[in-house]
Amino acid sequence: MNNITINAEKQATTKAILDRLKKNFEVSDIVECKPGLTTLSVNKDKAETMIRELRDRETYTHLNFMTCTDYIEKNILRLTYMLHNYESKHSLAIHVDINRDQAEMTSIHRLWGQAWTYQRELREMYGIHFPDSPRLEEDFCLEGWDQMPPMRRDFNTAQYSHQTFGHREGRVSENPRQHMKINLYPNRGGDE
Amino acid sequence: MALFNPATTNKISTGHSAALDFSQPAALDMASGKYVRIWQGPQHPGITGNMALELILDGDTIINCKTHVGYLHRGFEKLMEGRTFIQNFPVVCRIAVPEPAFNEYLYAKAVEEISGIDVPERAEWIRTLNLEMMRLSSFMMWIGGMSGAFGQYTVPNWTISCRDHVLDLFEEMTGGRIYHMYMVPGGVRAGLPAGFKGRAIEVMDSADKLLDQVERVLFNNTVFKARAKGLGVITPDLIDPYGIVGPNARGCGIKRDLRKDEPYLKYDELDFDIITHDDSDAYGRAYLRLQETRQSISLIRQCLERVPSKGAFQADMPNVLHWEVPAGETYVKAECTRGEYGYYMVTDGSEYVRRVHVRGPSYSHGIALMERLAVGNNIADIAGLMVSLHTYPPEIER
Repeated sequence: MNNITINAEKQATTKAILDRLKKNFEVSDIVECKPGLTTLSVNKDKAETMIRELRDRETYTHLNFMTCTDYIEKNILRLTYMLHNYESKHSLAIHVDINRDQAEMTSIHRLWGQAWTYQRELREMYGIHFPDSPRLEEDFCLEGWDQMPPMRRDFNTAQYSHQTFGHREGRVSENPRQHMKINLYPNRGGDE
Repeated sequence: MALFNPATTNKISTGHSAALDFSQPAALDMASGKYVRIWQGPQHPGITGNMALELILDGDTIINCKTHVGYLHRGFEKLMEGRTFIQNFPVVCRIAVPEPAFNEYLYAKAVEEISGIDVPERAEWIRTLNLEMMRLSSFMMWIGGMSGAFGQYTVPNWTISCRDHVLDLFEEMTGGRIYHMYMVPGGVRAGLPAGFKGRAIEVMDSADKLLDQVERVLFNNTVFKARAKGLGVITPDLIDPYGIVGPNARGCGIKRDLRKDEPYLKYDELDFDIITHDDSDAYGRAYLRLQETRQSISLIRQCLERVPSKGAFQADMPNVLHWEVPAGETYVKAECTRGEYGYYMVTDGSEYVRRVHVRGPSYSHGIALMERLAVGNNIADIAGLMVSLHTYPPEIER
């Protein structure tokens, strides 16, 4: 476990920031995951302005990363912007839900020097468009990729692999639970 | 120390352009015959791994640089979504070849945090020892790569051989030299073997002596000094706008180190200070890393003295096939040799992880920062510049 101790003054500062965010940007679903990490959700239209304000006024100057989680069952892609405040040792995970079918989000490439790289990757891996983001259409990892964005949940890696690459003898996949039940614990019976 | 202040940073001259000017360079007329486009890599150019720099030269001066990655892309993050929690252990350590232990530790820690598992004290000490041994091994490899990039081929032979002795210790401790798969949720797979402390101290003594020799041979070398000083200067106002962390940031006086700022494992019980340097050029960063290598040896010695020889090294855990990880979300981080290394994990209560994002320092150092720093340098210095930023491409591509 983390040995982080955050003093009362810094906690109060963080609470005041969260109150301002609630008031000015109507953030919701505020959850303190652990000391030093809070998650919250904000509407897509207000996200860029809020992130800019956090950087410029609230000293969340470090963009740890930005990433995406595919909730295919809800038809949304959840963008996560992880910002860190070095003074209060507090991180904010900002969730922004966007429609999976019209995946587009305001670019933050003017806020951090490395942000366009993340956006380029998210375009390639999740098919999210970030208008005006530099070099967005350039290949990031995948050269000449013409399939659906591979990090989406409905992209079937095994199927793609079978179709694209030749079969190699000796490659088998086992369900670990079944494999162990049959080979390692044959006399144990049902362990469900 | 002029840290990032959005209100004033645009006015600070960095020698290139303002720190917050993230615009891409204008397109060049390649048909004019004035410029040459060449590729540095993707064959392994040293410690940097397989990545390529697409360089446009005017004479022998670099006027444009683009980083290309993907040569090592194996889709680790996608693979993890289709495997059970325990099945991901052989996967995660492969994300950073010279430094796999941080991946093991952070993956285990993320699972532990979401599941509410407390790790026994003995396991925490062993983990701290393991991570510092990893740091020493990685720095030894890096010093070799850095010397090689500047044509000094004696030092790599020394340091890589010393790294091998550290790998011998890993083999004793974990059974594996490179990929250990040792830190599992709940603790570690085994305690330290009998006589380990004595053998580890012998290796630390020889490493200490070796670093004195490296300092004399490499850091007093006229050619190395002439070429590395002033190369790839990072100024404090670039740190936050480019997400620069670790020795690259500490090199210009930024006193940040997760082991001190947000202590994890047993770092708050160890005696050490954050080392900084005044000039974050290739020479300054190299010297800082040399000092941090010494510091790592000191931390290993402290851990060896204090690691308990008795007690549980694993929490009581159910059969690995029946782990129930509740729905949750966390971000865990640790200070690796290159700075903040992090795992962002989302779980949904099923037996599979919903999402894992691996945050490696090379992501910002190796692309946006590298492309900026390369411009204006001589083609002969590009390999040295790449190594001085200490990038590992697998953690960019994941």
